[in-house]
Amino acid sequence: MDAVLFLVFAAIAVACGISVVVQRHPITSAISLIGVMGALAVLYLLLGAEFLAAVQVVVYAGAIMVLFIFVIMLLNAGVEPPGGRSWPVRLLGLPMLVILVGLLSFVIRRVFAGGEEVRFGAFTKGGPREIGRLLFTDYLLPFEVTSVLILVAILGAVVLARKEID
Amino acid sequence: MLHPITNAHFLVLSAALLLIGTIGVLTRRNMVVILMSIELILNAVNINLVTFSRHFGDVHGQIFAIFVITVAAAETAVGLGILIALFRNRETVLADEVDLLKW
Repeated sequence: MDAVLFLVFAAIAVACGISVVVQRHPITSAISLIGVMGALAVLYLLLGAEFLAAVQVVVYAGAIMVLFIFVIMLLNAGVEPPGGRSWPVRLLGLPMLVILVGLLSFVIRRVFAGGEEVRFGAFTKGGPREIGRLLFTDYLLPFEVTSVLILVAILGAVVLARKEID
Repeated sequence: MLHPITNAHFLVLSAALLLIGTIGVLTRRNMVVILMSIELILNAVNINLVTFSRHFGDVHGQIFAIFVITVAAAETAVGLGILIALFRNRETVLADEVDLLKW
């Protein structure tokens, strides 16, 4: 059951990820990216990160993707004209990529061989209670610094996107 | 019967998403899609962090993932702000047509 869940949603994530890169129209890419985020939220649940799964859906699939789609609509970005690629890239790109993926997965499987099985509900420390306690005790300073970072980012975005008034 | 799922499977998925995102950053011309590919890369990082959080039975990895999500949100807001300012000045979102700093 867990294996089926993982395989289905990992396949969705990878397929939507490839679709993000391959699609010529930015709106289609954005919709595919929402698919990636949703599939990853299910995988987080499988790994026992309940709070993070909720954050993934609310912040990523909700807020950030709305921002993306808003900007795509605002800029009226249409189909992207294809760029010219040199012949070594056309010829060698895909085989080299397949070799790289194979090598990488081989090394990971080799290093982490015989690891324990991932079961739904086996690891239950990822709930809001544990995360919140850590955030407000051990990670209080990084948490506050992040709030300053977000404030700076908001100010930067407002200043950058503002219309110049003479 | 299927093989049991281990942490290695999640790491392979993470590596795959990282590669897809890198390809997107390197090959696409539309800057909105380049930003989306960066989001893909950051998501791959998050899977890695959560997987190792589970591997070590420790929640600290998930805290890091939350910080990554926060910084990604800030990065997206600033990046899209830059994009809007750029579009206002140059009327383009294609990365190779923006050569203001080219000599």
